[in-house]
Amino acid sequence: MTQTVPIIEATHVDKFYGDFHALKDVNLTVYQGQKMVICGPSGSGKSTLIRCFNGLEWHNSGKLVIDGIEVHEHAKEIRELRQEVGMVFQQFNLFPHLTVLENLTIGPMKVRKIGQHEAEETARKYLDRVHIPEQADKYPSQLSGGQQQRVAIARSLCMETRIMLFDEPTSALDPEMINEVLDVMVELADTGMTMVVVTHEMGFARKVADTMVFMEEGRIVEVSPPDQFFTNPSSERCRMFLDQILEH
Amino acid sequence: MSVTQTPTLKGQALPQRPAIQRFWGSAPVSVVIYFVVIGVIAWGSYTGAQNMGYNWQWYRVPQYLYSFTDDGFQLGELLIGLGATLQLSITAFVLASVLGLLVALLRLSGLVIGSAVAVGFLEFIRNIPLLVLLYLFYYVLGPIFGLDRYTASILTLAVFHSALISEILRAGINAVAQGQWEAAKSIGMTTSQTYRYIILPQSVRFMLPPMTGEVVHLIKSSAIVSVIAVAELTTFGRNIISDTYMSFEIWFTVAIVYMVVTLILSVGVTYLERRYDVDQ
Repeated sequence: MTQTVPIIEATHVDKFYGDFHALKDVNLTVYQGQKMVICGPSGSGKSTLIRCFNGLEWHNSGKLVIDGIEVHEHAKEIRELRQEVGMVFQQFNLFPHLTVLENLTIGPMKVRKIGQHEAEETARKYLDRVHIPEQADKYPSQLSGGQQQRVAIARSLCMETRIMLFDEPTSALDPEMINEVLDVMVELADTGMTMVVVTHEMGFARKVADTMVFMEEGRIVEVSPPDQFFTNPSSERCRMFLDQILEH
Repeated sequence: MSVTQTPTLKGQALPQRPAIQRFWGSAPVSVVIYFVVIGVIAWGSYTGAQNMGYNWQWYRVPQYLYSFTDDGFQLGELLIGLGATLQLSITAFVLASVLGLLVALLRLSGLVIGSAVAVGFLEFIRNIPLLVLLYLFYYVLGPIFGLDRYTASILTLAVFHSALISEILRAGINAVAQGQWEAAKSIGMTTSQTYRYIILPQSVRFMLPPMTGEVVHLIKSSAIVSVIAVAELTTFGRNIISDTYMSFEIWFTVAIVYMVVTLILSVGVTYLERRYDVDQ
């Protein structure tokens, strides 16, 4: 695969919450079409990092360029950027007062100003893609967790995003529903979408990732291809972490 | 007809409440106590009134509610007054909601000046009595801006209740999960789109019960404008009494009219809430 066009470039990025130093001198490049999996213990800054990638959090110093737009709190293009960068949340965050179909069409219709007919057509296409075309007229609360997360993925896709960020997409799911979400993500990866995934699902990582990132205490400790990452990680801390989560 | 069979239970029966508690807690006993209490209060008021030689004239009350003349059914003064009260209250409520939403959004805006203005307004309004606010509007702002008594009353009620409503709206908006903001932002919505399509529709559910309370409160507090003789239910009641000296009957009637209206409102909204809940 050609991995030459950088789409996310973080250079010396630092982020503070008050006195807490959440991201420490983060340097990372994501190329177009890349599938990056970020893991690390909780509190290591991995969610913070990807939340910075679509302006849900703002870094305090350093440079972050996404899709040619320099991201900072006062960037005028931030809304355009968010339309290009989709985000899937741990808690799904579907709009509970709207039906599944409305959840998918509201962004395209209100933000991209696309007509209802076309928006619904796109929505049904992506509902098909995530294997729940029959749930279009239900409300989110009538769906299982796995179905809700798949709707959330479809909602982002409906914006015709170029980058998809996943913030622990399976952590809030019952075990028997994890695979249906991961399957959809694997299929999405096959379409060539650029994906940055924060997850502890190492089976998924092995199957999909072309780059593994390990973070700890706000720092990027290791960036390596999966075969090297899983068999021979360069840092001791990463080895210990993998031992712990792969034990079961 | 089938008789439901009591299943034979294998386990040991659990101990019951003591007999004395069961006696006082049982439905028939409660009903008897209830009527005894009500009866004592009614009898007490009645004999008290008799002793002071009050001349009850309930038969003269209905004409102030409605009458049948040659022209057919006619509304009596009290019901016309009720209409005026409702008109006053609804106008004031609409104004109060708009103003309240503005204050709530100012407070939530995250701008230092915005929330300072909002908090200043809230504290000012909340810490002066409604009656004083009414005097301010009628005797101070009235002459300055040429407000008539009706406008002054509406503005008083609207401003006073906007402070309370803004707090209800703010609480309702804050009750919507933070993740909804993030989801709306992440698909590129602006702040106003997020409020309009995502946050406000969801907060209605949280606001409905306290807002009903607020409407009831507003209808009741609208009685205060009778002190500047604005034509409404309480003022009409007072006028009738000064003509007829039937203060007991008329005040009871006025109280009941207010009560009926606010009860209907509460029941109606409870029904609405149930329907709304099913939809979710």
